[in-house]
Amino acid sequence: MSHVGGLPIRVRRSRKVDPRLVRLFGWLVLGALLRLMTVTAEGTSTDHLLVIDAAFKSTALIGWLVAGLVVWVLTELWHARKVGALVTARTTGVRQQWHAVAGRALSRRAALLAVVVAAIVLPQFLSEFYQRVLVDQVAVFVLLAVGLNVVVGWAGLLDLGYVAFFAIGAYTCAYFTGALPVTPLFTLNPFVVLPVAVVVCLVAGLLLGAPTLRLRGDYLAIVTLGFHEIVQLFLVNKNNWTGGNQGVSRPVPHFTINLLGIHYKWTLASLPYWFLFIGMLAIVVILFSRLEHSKVGRSWTAVREDEVAAAANGVPTVKYKLMAFAIGASTSGLAGVLYASRLGYINPASFPVVLSISVLSYVIFGGMGSIIGVIAGSALLTFLPAVFQEQNIVRQEDIPMWIGAILVTMMLFRPQGLIPSRRRKRELRLASEGVADADAMSEAPEGRTG
Amino acid sequence: MSAPTTATPVPQPAAPAKPLLAVRDVTLRFGGLTSLDHVDLTVDRGAILAVIGPNGAGKTSLFNCLTGVYTPQLGTIEFTADGTTTQLVTGSARRRRSRKPHVVNRIGVARTFQNIRLFAALSAFDNVKIAAETRHRTGPVGAMLGLPNARANDAKTDALTEELLDFVALRSVADEVASSLSYGVQRRLEIARALATSPSLLLLDEPAAGTNPTEKRELERLIRRINTERGVTVLLIEHDMRLVMSVADEVTVLNFGKVIARGRPAQVQRDPAVVEAYLGTADE
Repeated sequence: MSHVGGLPIRVRRSRKVDPRLVRLFGWLVLGALLRLMTVTAEGTSTDHLLVIDAAFKSTALIGWLVAGLVVWVLTELWHARKVGALVTARTTGVRQQWHAVAGRALSRRAALLAVVVAAIVLPQFLSEFYQRVLVDQVAVFVLLAVGLNVVVGWAGLLDLGYVAFFAIGAYTCAYFTGALPVTPLFTLNPFVVLPVAVVVCLVAGLLLGAPTLRLRGDYLAIVTLGFHEIVQLFLVNKNNWTGGNQGVSRPVPHFTINLLGIHYKWTLASLPYWFLFIGMLAIVVILFSRLEHSKVGRSWTAVREDEVAAAANGVPTVKYKLMAFAIGASTSGLAGVLYASRLGYINPASFPVVLSISVLSYVIFGGMGSIIGVIAGSALLTFLPAVFQEQNIVRQEDIPMWIGAILVTMMLFRPQGLIPSRRRKRELRLASEGVADADAMSEAPEGRTG
Repeated sequence: MSAPTTATPVPQPAAPAKPLLAVRDVTLRFGGLTSLDHVDLTVDRGAILAVIGPNGAGKTSLFNCLTGVYTPQLGTIEFTADGTTTQLVTGSARRRRSRKPHVVNRIGVARTFQNIRLFAALSAFDNVKIAAETRHRTGPVGAMLGLPNARANDAKTDALTEELLDFVALRSVADEVASSLSYGVQRRLEIARALATSPSLLLLDEPAAGTNPTEKRELERLIRRINTERGVTVLLIEHDMRLVMSVADEVTVLNFGKVIARGRPAQVQRDPAVVEAYLGTADE
């Protein structure tokens, strides 16, 4: 940096601190703050500074500061790498870039295979606690997030009542397996309930969607929120049907297979359920990724990007929004059946509104519109808290705070999410430049037709 | 029924052919502002017709009435294609309704927008393909399972998309993101997208706005080719008089929502009312 400018500039320049040092300072302060927030000591009426003492006069502080330092080093390396990549991108020829793309596609496939193999093999070596976390948290939420991604990520609709369909699926399962106070018309094996619940939730999604999908943005979100309340109040108050707050009256039975000489009964053991879940997830993911690159997926993109133009080019926008809503709802219902049968016990409190918001935040964290991103995001945000909690690093009641902090950080520095879809990333960039629209909700019906 | 009766639709040449589009007495008000005032417009099959008029004359409002974005308070709009006539504004006098934009598109009216409205984050190819695909019946199940029918439809739309990109000479930018294309190219892409829905009537809303002279000449040729090679009737809003005069068979002039003149371009150009309202005050 040469100081060719006049005197005033030189004075200003000389006082400027290296931004890297500023960032280091920031990370260290953040570490100290986090130490303060996670301290377990509780204040007394005599010693007002106890919390601060406990936070800063202990070796744990060093741990947090070191963590801040490590994060700083990593982010600086990341910065440097990006700059380096920019330089090489300018110098490499088209052919080399093409090779890079082809190689990336190949390595992507290899990575996918590795993840699938790991998902099958690794859980066997985990303790029972982690296996349980995998099934009850990770698998359920990943499935939910993949379904919500259709609504939020692809069709661009904000659905805050998503977990209502989860509840409907779970209660459908309870009903048809005879776990509710009412006697069902016929009793079914949970496996058979799966398609039934999918259809029930599909219909529920259509019923909610048909009158409400003409609404936009905030209005739609409020209506879905209200729908969730209606479902929950129904479950609580219709005692003689649903068992009210007490939940199901008899345990929901586990899955059983009795087909073509194969007899298998799922039990309380987690591992078999894990395989069941990832099997279902694999089916859903394969179907959805085909959907994404089909007419339906493209039409959703069109509706999301410019509803007026989509309609003017023959895309029935309400129909496609409804379709996304129903497909999302049925995925949620599918997860509900698996969840109910796995736990054996459900009550209305198992399906709070917060759950919808959590799933939504996993989708946003992972990268709206990208199946891989959404899976990675929800898996991370459900598995890591359990690990931290088990290792006594973070207290259970602090977990939502941490997830909130992670989300805020993510939105500030990487709004497109962990592994964004290319389309979505482009849309966000264009939207921030004011060129285009990133969701199907922010525009008046007539639009800007001029 | 073996013997043809008078009730069955007879082949078109025999009947007194209805015009492709008949706009009668259309009035559109926004509160106290009258945007269209008893507008009549007839578009004959195979013609290239231009609507001109100063800014705010109601040209785009007219397009929006035709495509179901606005519902006029008075008047009828009748569209006749493939032997069937559709009223684009329906309902009683109390509760009038326009056909939904996608329905209007389906029966054969495609449009472009004054301020280009492409799907900005998608490739040029996908932009056209989305429109082409709306003509097939592939549903979510077919798409998820990759049924033969869905695949066949996909192949067909790919072929149509490529053909259209060739037609507007944009094959080379098929994989480029729409927002990265230049203004003139985006205009052509939007026309290709509109053509992908195989319309009988194409509404072009100021296609030459923001294009350079070379692009204007190309556009002129393109509009003629759309008309002759693809047999599409064109209704055009345009400010560029040179383009209008050279390409249009007939010109309708709007001023303050009223039709003040119509006729052959040369005729209209000499009309004193037009000169006063529009040409006389324009800088061109």
